[in-house]
Formats: sequence, structure tokens, C-alpha cells
Amino acid sequence: MALSKPVRTIWDIPREERFAPGHTMCQGCGAAIIMRHLTKVIGKDAIIVQATGCVEVTTTAFPRTSWLNPWLHLAFENAGAGASGVEAALKALKRKGVIDPNRKIKVVAIAGDGGTFDIGLQSLSGMLERGHNVMYVVYDNEAYMNTGIQRSGATPLGAWTTTTPVGKKMRGELRPKKDLIGIALAHRIPYIATASPAYPTDMVEKLRKAYETEGPSLVHIISPCTPGWRIRNEDTIKVARLAVLTGMWVLLEIVNGKPRVTVKVPKRKPVREYLKLQGRFRHLTDEEIARIQKMVDEYVEEINRWVGEQAIGPVEE
Amino acid sequence: MSLKDEGFKRYLGKKYPETWRDMPIAAIVPWPGNTAEVKTHAWRTIRPVINQDKCIRCRLCWTFCPDGAILEVDEEYKTSSGRVFKVSYKVDYDHCKGCGICAAECPVNAIEMVPEER
Ligand SMILES: Cc1ncc(C[n+]2csc(CCOP(=O)(O)OP(=O)(O)O)c2C)c(N)n1
Ligand code: SF4
Ligand code: SF4
Ligand code: SF4
Ligand SMILES: [Mg+2]
Repeated sequence: MALSKPVRTIWDIPREERFAPGHTMCQGCGAAIIMRHLTKVIGKDAIIVQATGCVEVTTTAFPRTSWLNPWLHLAFENAGAGASGVEAALKALKRKGVIDPNRKIKVVAIAGDGGTFDIGLQSLSGMLERGHNVMYVVYDNEAYMNTGIQRSGATPLGAWTTTTPVGKKMRGELRPKKDLIGIALAHRIPYIATASPAYPTDMVEKLRKAYETEGPSLVHIISPCTPGWRIRNEDTIKVARLAVLTGMWVLLEIVNGKPRVTVKVPKRKPVREYLKLQGRFRHLTDEEIARIQKMVDEYVEEINRWVGEQAIGPVEE
Repeated sequence: MSLKDEGFKRYLGKKYPETWRDMPIAAIVPWPGNTAEVKTHAWRTIRPVINQDKCIRCRLCWTFCPDGAILEVDEEYKTSSGRVFKVSYKVDYDHCKGCGICAAECPVNAIEMVPEER
């Protein structure tokens, strides 16, 4: 059974594990933490469809699987399309009486940032546009990690990846991150949220609401990657927390178009504190960091204006 | 393919496919969660050791472990100062990969990472 009780404290998270250990995700992988909690929330009556990427290849080396749910492998580009098809098939089977029409079975799509922001974007758009009853979860490690740290549309400004190298001509990623939430919003879907594994109660409650939503929902979760971000194994949660405390990652919930910041940050930390823990930003000069700080300041201002309150405060050293 | 199909029966009758003939179409894996059989302890260079007396049962290590390797068990524990807890946290040393997140996030430093000796 999916989690139906609101999650207010850490003790509301179900004890039962529904994501088996023994997978080959790296030591300290943020996505592994996210998958544990996602599967706790959705329970057994969910069909998972998954675009390839780290989570897929590390959990399903034949003849083994870490999943306890019906789980379907999809290609890199078609999580949204595959999810739409499974959802339509469920409807047909219910209509024909093969499956009890009152049984709540939900389709959950999982994809990485590459599979969502880049190659899977049009299939996601179609799924959202057609209004399929699918929960879409994107774990965002800000590059194509599974194939060796290539940039994606989610890679943040200045980050080193193997395809945005650091040298005389290039200083890491050239452009800021694509606005996935804006894209989801443009489809006018009923539920959109951002989350961070460092705020588990907030994350699990959002996953629960996304699961309960009738129609398409999307949860976008920051997912620190130890080799890709060049962080220490034990710093995964610290980094995911600093992303929020610096305003780089704002914890949002948008229900029927109405936005709200779920974890307010009255005093922001300078972005430097987030960047300095990560080897992928090691090359940044003071001027480059100042540019990123300015970008975040503008983003925070935009969010505050949008939600109509000072949800994220000024930087305090 | 239905469950009654010969191919599938052959497959299900065995622990794992032994030859290619045992393989079902589309690489179905009918053993949910069987990666649990895979031990990942050899990844570890440092191991977490929980000091049960210091632990305040806050559940954070359990929450943040990427490998589900902190087990929450209904085991009563009385600390040296007389405090009684109904749950305890134990490390699943078969699956812990030694990332150190649990120790880094423990609010009372009740987890120590000690070098593995082999
Ligand atoms: C059409 C196609 N192109 C390339 C690949 C190779 N490929 C598999 S996963 C992947 C990157 C996945 O990146 P992301 O979605 O961010 O997931 P992550 O590995 O970072 O978790 C690529 C390029 C593929 N499977 N299919
Ligand atoms: S490469 Fe990164 S995202 Fe992939 S399994 Fe390792 S830590 Fe996780
Ligand atoms: S060291 Fe890492 S894998 Fe081991 S129990 Fe702690 S958090 Fe889990
Ligand atoms: S994080 Fe520390 S105090 Fe909390 S349950 Fe784990 S060992 Fe105990
Ligand atoms: Mg990625």
C-alpha cells in the first residue's frame, strides 16, 4: 500500500525497505538514498518504468534486480512515452475487467537529468500534455553520470564535466541550468515539486503527494554524485543541504499552479560554501564565483517575487 | 507469455538460468530484490561502529544510508545513564559500503568510522 498518512516527522517514513541492497551504486550515492525513500512511499501497487542511467544499470544487472515492484526498463529517451503506454494499458485492462477497476495502481516513471532535460524531454512533454496519471521522478545529478560525466542541460554554470573541460578556452559548463520546473509549469500539470535528500521529511511528503495526485505529477530531486561532483563519500547529504541553504536549490511545491517554498531559508549562506566542497568547481576564480553568486541572487529574487514573500533571505556571511 | 508456458516454467524452476535455453524472452527477472544476495562489504575501507550508549535513536543514519545498511530493530536498550530505548540501530556489515554518511550526519557523534583490517 502506498503511504497515505501525511509525513510530518522522520518517524512517519515507513520502516519497510522496498529497494534491496547489493546494488552497485557508488559509495555515498545520493540517488540510492532517493530510491530507498521513493519505494517506501509508493508501496507495492506501483509499476515503475525507468529510463536508462545510473540507477537503472546499477540495480538491474541480469539476473538480479534491486526492485520489489513490477519494473520496466526503457531506453534513454522514452520514460515519458513508456509510462504513458503502461498507464493506457492499465486503463484498458480495467475497462475489460481483467484488473479490478477499483484497485489503485499507479505508474511511476524514474529518469535522470539527461533522460529528462535532454533526450527524454519531448516524450515527457507528451506525457504531461496528454494528462496521463503518472508520477515522474527526476533524480538530478547534473550530468550523464552513467556514461562518464558528460554535461547535460541540467549541468550548472561553471561545473567541470568531461565534455565541459577546464583549460584556456573553456571554464567548465558555459550556460546556467535549464529551467525544468518552468517547462513542467507550462504544461499546467496539477503537482510539481523540487526536493533534496538532505530534507527527508519534506522529500518524502512531496513524493507522497505526487503519488496521490490524479494526473501527471513531477518531482525534481537534487542527487549528489560522489565521483561526478568530486565530493567525499560522506559529504553527500552535507552538499545536498548546502544547495538549499545557499539558495542554489529552492525547495518548492506548486499545486495547481500555486507556488510555495516548503523549506524557508531566512539567512542564506554564500554559494562559495556549496561550491568549495566539490571538485567539479575547484577551478573557479573569485570573479567566477561572484558571477554564480549574482545568478543565484537573481534567482532567489525571482522566486520570492513569484511566491509573494521573502521565503529565501539575504546572504549572511 | 503466460506463466504456464514451458519456457517460463523451466526458468522459474531454477534458482537462476543455467543455460540460454532457460532464458525467457525479454530478460524477465522473477526474483524481486535479489541483489540483496550480493554482498558489497568488500567495497569498504572504513567501517561504521555505532556506540549504542551514545546513540539517541534519532533515526538519521537509517534515513540517509544509501545502501539500506543501517537496520532499525525492535530491541530494547538501556544506556549507562538509565535511559531506555525501544529501538536500536545496527549496521548490516554485509551491505555497508563504508561511505561514512551515517557517521557524518549523526548529531551526537555516536558512529565512529574505523579502518577495515584484512
Ligand atoms: C539514444 C541513446 N543515447 C545514448 C545512450 C547511452 N546512455 C545511457 S545512460 C546515458 C546517460 C544518462 O544520464 P542521466 O539521464 O543524467 O542519468 P545518470 O546516469 O546521470 O543517472 C547515456 C548517454 C543510450 N542508452 N541511448
Ligand atoms: S556515478 Fe554518481 S549517480 Fe551514478 S551511481 Fe555513482 S554516485 Fe550515483
Ligand atoms: S557507512 Fe555508508 S553504507 Fe555504511 S552504514 Fe553508514 S551510511 Fe550506510
Ligand atoms: S544518527 Fe547517531 S544518534 Fe541518530 S540513530 Fe544513528 S547512531 Fe543513533
Ligand atoms: Mg544524470
